[in-house]
Amino acid sequence: MRTSDIAASGLWKAFGDKVVLDGIDFDVAAGSVFSMLGPNGAGKTTTVNVLTTLLKADAGTVRVGGHDVATETREVRAAIGVTGQFAAVDELLTGRENLRLMADLKRVRSAGQVVTGLLERFDLAESADKLASTYSAGMRRKLDLAMTLVGGPRIIFLDEPTTGLDPRSRRTMWDIVRELVAGGTTVFLTTQYLEEADHLADRIAVLDQGRLVAQGTPGELKRQIPGSHVRLRFTSIHELDAAARLLAGATQDDENLTLRVPGDGGVKSLQALLSLLTEHSIDADELSVHTPDLDDVFLALTGRANTEVSAR
Amino acid sequence: MSTDALIMLRRNFKHTARNPVTVFNAVLLPVVIMLMFVYMLGNAFSVGVKYIDYATPGMILLAVAYGLGATAAEVNDDMTKGIINRFRVMDVSRGAVMTGHVVVTMLRSLISIAAIIGVAFGLGFRPSAGFGDWLAAVGVIVAACFATSWLTVAIGLAAKTPQSAAMATVPLVLLPFFSSAIVPAAKMGQGVRQFAEYQPFTPIIESLRGLLAGSPSAGYVIAALAWCAGIGIVGYVWAVTTFRKRV
Repeated sequence: MRTSDIAASGLWKAFGDKVVLDGIDFDVAAGSVFSMLGPNGAGKTTTVNVLTTLLKADAGTVRVGGHDVATETREVRAAIGVTGQFAAVDELLTGRENLRLMADLKRVRSAGQVVTGLLERFDLAESADKLASTYSAGMRRKLDLAMTLVGGPRIIFLDEPTTGLDPRSRRTMWDIVRELVAGGTTVFLTTQYLEEADHLADRIAVLDQGRLVAQGTPGELKRQIPGSHVRLRFTSIHELDAAARLLAGATQDDENLTLRVPGDGGVKSLQALLSLLTEHSIDADELSVHTPDLDDVFLALTGRANTEVSAR
Repeated sequence: MSTDALIMLRRNFKHTARNPVTVFNAVLLPVVIMLMFVYMLGNAFSVGVKYIDYATPGMILLAVAYGLGATAAEVNDDMTKGIINRFRVMDVSRGAVMTGHVVVTMLRSLISIAAIIGVAFGLGFRPSAGFGDWLAAVGVIVAACFATSWLTVAIGLAAKTPQSAAMATVPLVLLPFFSSAIVPAAKMGQGVRQFAEYQPFTPIIESLRGLLAGSPSAGYVIAALAWCAGIGIVGYVWAVTTFRKRV
């Protein structure tokens, strides 16, 4: 069995009257990716701050890399790297100087080589000697993450690493996380996007108002939430009935004249569905493919819609 | 100084070098003000001695004050832009972060003071100070730089935004004008005169004036050093407690 790199139990934190973390327990296996999924204000950043020694919990224990965050702060700090929600780069230094600053503070040997290596790995070599203030949001995030990796920390915390990034930069970020894990690093990441957690994580925990409402592998979680489906709208109740008789397992909505057909929404299955309808001369007025998103997760797990999640 | 402090110092030094506004405010502006007072207004003031000899010590303090706004803004920038959390997770001590700012502020002040003194000599400044007087004058200057730097770091830590941090140092920049820097306090109107006589910049400037003229007044020197110690201690304690509260 693999050892656990991050273990939180009974984590509790309040700011004044407001309880932010209400008894959280989880466990992250060494060399795995653990994703904490939740909307703004769920307590994700507070969790990261407690795990990374920046904030003290009011109750509960956390061990990171085998050390207690409250009493063995120094040992914990030596083992971790943190990339916060907002890029913490020095804008008046160049990319190279930012990395060099980290290398110097961590007393890394042959710092020049380490810095050059990271610049190349993160595709920043061309802009290495430009001030970070001239970097795009995606480049800044990359530099931020590269700075976190100086000195090769064993456990990495990423707080919403792709929020505000364009799709391409997001993909790059995902590739980097996968590489890290392949190299044996443990990654704890928070996100608002189900898709991201699904792509990257070995285990997902869903955080809502300071409580973990679900925990498991992406597969386990998805079984708890409605899967993707195709929605067909018809012009008459007659056609709706005919289609419903044809497609077993579909859910009929007489009021809106729609039919929910479970399926993965892929091209093949859509083609099959459409040709089946054509074969029986049933005319669908409108078709839409629906994949589960954070709203569905929250609706399924908490029984209420998640109003705060930002549109993507 | 610890290695971390040296690394932070190098970082702050690069910041200063890359920010022309900082250099302008700290070095050129005091020189411009000195030229203005000495050339345009100097003849209108009768201060008993050659005006450049009278004004130079005051301009030295003005140079110290003008460099402070940039430091307050930079300290605040560090606190509000998230980089401080990175340093904390890396176990960089708060001492190293603050020392870096204090030392760079002092260096910047000393450079601008050197510029002021250089220009003053060009304008006919002829101090009659001996070697010992010069040494003592440098000591008073360094003490004043040190004290105001800590106070400024504290202001930077306490402010909410870099802009408000820079604004909060404006009183420090104005204080020399309401001291004996430009004209003797005795020539000022009721109210302003009392203020000028009892505010910290006056004894500091008067002690420098005495030392550079070769006729130091022990009373002013002691008062100057006492003010510097007081301001320095208040600034240091304020900075350390604010730092602890903030992060």
